[in-house]
Amino acid sequence: MNGELTTIAIILGIIHQGIRLATPYLFAALGETFSQRSGVLNLGVEGIMLMGAFFSFYVASETGNLWLALLAAIIIGVLMGLFMAVVSITFQAEQGISGIGLYLFGLGMSSLLFKTMIGSVTGITGFSELQFCVTDSFCLADIPVLGEIFFSHSILTYGAFLLVPISVWLLKRTTWGLKVRSVGQNPEAADSVGVSVNRARYAAVILGSALAGIAGASLSISLLNVFQENMINGIGFIAVALVYFGGWSPVGVMFGALLFSTISALQLWGQVLGLNISSNISVMLPYILTIVALAIPFRRAAQPAALTKPFSRGEN
Amino acid sequence: MSEKSNLLPSGLERIESLQMRGIVKRFPGVLASDHVDFDVKAGEIHALLGENGAGKSTLMKILYGLYQPDEGEIILNGRPITINSPTDSLEYGIGMIHQHFMLVDNITVAENVALGMKSSRGFRLDLDVVSARIEELAEKYGLQVNPRAIISKLAVGQRQRVEIVKALYRGAALLVLDEPTAVLTPQEVDDVFVIFRQMAADGHALIFISHKLDEIFALTDRVSVLRDGRMVGTVNTADVTKADLANMMVGREVLLERVRPPSQLGDVRLKMDQVNVVNDDGQRTLKDFSLEVHSGEIVGVAGISGNGQRSLARTIAGLRAVESGKIWLDGRDVTGLSPAEMFNSGLSYIPEERMHDGVVKDFSVAENMILQDYIRAPFSKGIFLDFKTIEQHAGQLISDFRVKTPSQETPAKNLSGGNIQKLILARELAREPRFLIAAQPTRGVDIGATEYIHNQLLQQRANGLATLLISEDLDEVKALSDRIVVLFGGEIMGIVNSDEVTTEELGLMMAGERRMEMPQATA
Repeated sequence: MNGELTTIAIILGIIHQGIRLATPYLFAALGETFSQRSGVLNLGVEGIMLMGAFFSFYVASETGNLWLALLAAIIIGVLMGLFMAVVSITFQAEQGISGIGLYLFGLGMSSLLFKTMIGSVTGITGFSELQFCVTDSFCLADIPVLGEIFFSHSILTYGAFLLVPISVWLLKRTTWGLKVRSVGQNPEAADSVGVSVNRARYAAVILGSALAGIAGASLSISLLNVFQENMINGIGFIAVALVYFGGWSPVGVMFGALLFSTISALQLWGQVLGLNISSNISVMLPYILTIVALAIPFRRAAQPAALTKPFSRGEN
Repeated sequence: MSEKSNLLPSGLERIESLQMRGIVKRFPGVLASDHVDFDVKAGEIHALLGENGAGKSTLMKILYGLYQPDEGEIILNGRPITINSPTDSLEYGIGMIHQHFMLVDNITVAENVALGMKSSRGFRLDLDVVSARIEELAEKYGLQVNPRAIISKLAVGQRQRVEIVKALYRGAALLVLDEPTAVLTPQEVDDVFVIFRQMAADGHALIFISHKLDEIFALTDRVSVLRDGRMVGTVNTADVTKADLANMMVGREVLLERVRPPSQLGDVRLKMDQVNVVNDDGQRTLKDFSLEVHSGEIVGVAGISGNGQRSLARTIAGLRAVESGKIWLDGRDVTGLSPAEMFNSGLSYIPEERMHDGVVKDFSVAENMILQDYIRAPFSKGIFLDFKTIEQHAGQLISDFRVKTPSQETPAKNLSGGNIQKLILARELAREPRFLIAAQPTRGVDIGATEYIHNQLLQQRANGLATLLISEDLDEVKALSDRIVVLFGGEIMGIVNSDEVTTEELGLMMAGERRMEMPQATA
């Protein structure tokens, strides 16, 4: 009896944790989806997340205002996205290389700023988990099972999941989304009907980078409430892979994000329960899955045809 | 003229007249447009004729706002205008149907039409409104397009209709049609001509760019001929003959008819038996393909682009593996041999992508002349190249095949399309092949060079060469081939004698609507 209860508790814990941990994956991968749909591969997501995590943490610890902290993450995301856009769209640099540059910049800069401005690892009070209290004595979070799974997350987690239908709507149902999809597939065609290819790409890259900034903040001011050097630890790169994994569709990306975050949650619980698996192996698991997922060829059919290809008019 | 007739059925103002006066456009080293005058009127279909490089596309790019003229002016309904971009030209009511369709292929027809247009709902798309209007236009002009269809699922002819709808939707009063029939079957050409005539009757002005003389006579009211950047003249189509136009275009007498003497059939050179080929996407591109090609004959392969022609050429050349079936060359089983082994077995190959597969762009003309045979005497001794022989060889071929090049050392990419094609032809024929694949040998080549290439192919036929001619130009296939194989979806729809088959029958076979078989003419 007792054993059963524990099992249920563990499973619930894993599901709860899986949904929680999906937050940074979702923000970053949905942002990257916009960027890639427009034809720009932004490999700098990890670097933007690090900077977003740092600035939001810094502002939160200085002012105590979490919304101001989130705004700081968005601003640094926009600035880094603007930089990526200038380099790769206007100056047509090789996107893979400029993205790696952006990552290394974010990695080094966030570490430097952390050492000079904060110095040691401290905690802050981040976004708390909502309870959805209907009355003083009754909160939705108290509902057995459902409460733990659905009604006890931070506002950023809800925001991340809400972003899925919003992304679908933006891409499918708006004139802007149509432009983004078109410039990523056949920029010449879009140009021939008067669409500014570069403007659509700038917008998509900057939006994507702003979301990457939020993704970083979701770790430092909501999920973990600390900042450490290199704390993103590859989530940004997995987010790029998730876009491929999800076939460039927001819903596909969401399932991919949940899969990866659940595996991370499993690994955490494995450690908590002291299961006899080498932690190195369980840490490797998500990355192995990424490689396997990318090797499946049928997904490439959905790849935007002009991905990584800069556009300039008048050739041929 | 009544007030109403100034408007098109779409409710937009029509373009009564458009004139281009004294247009000059210079590129480094080239005068692409030399004081050209051109005009077009409402209700008229006006052909613009000229060889490659004659300045047709320069003129049209100026009209479409992609280039700015160095001199000259554009006058619309009596008022001078400036066109700085495609957006400007669209606003003046000038639309363009590009030869390479400007469609985004993974979205729907309605989305393609809506792209770049203001939505009636602001930020939100109004695809239902767009779809309704598309259906209206489609019905009016008999265009038959489904607004909800994804472009990549549509046949080429249907995609072209989407381009026409797109232009009409944007209120184009003047339409530039850039070689609109290049990719269509004969029946599709007839259908689209009906649409063009209907548009002209409604008061649209149409500029029809083509080098197919038959079509110019079938469709247009006037013809303007460009040569070397200059306007040779504008004439009423009814007042001239085909030969007149060809002479205006080339500047000398051109023989349009090809003389194909009766064939002297020899031994079987190429034999294919039940060959099946699958492409990288797992699709079957050749189905049970069986064919014999004899010494002294040209067998033409007709079909709409993408029906297995490319696969056929590459399979014989050893560039693609067969899934099942056998191929013999000169009675020897060559199934599964590498391209090098095929070349050594007596195959020559003129590939359809000449810049990609035919030459190494940055290599000199002389180097490109020995791409297959550099490894052997007389071009090399041991591991060393014999530059003297290579030079002589190149010099000989350049003069024999009249390749226009500044020097042997010139990189191939600096030659014109026609001269690159002559270079490839020279190289492939100089190898004295037993069997030749000529894939699209005159695509994008001017009428003068085409005449030369055709005569060379016929000359080789007289000398006993077996040739497989793969071409999307039906007139070329009919003129040169003894027999014609029609491909549809990788399947042979029939092997027919080219003198006995009609263009209409070929068209039905190309569309997959009819199968035909004719007894083979005997030697």
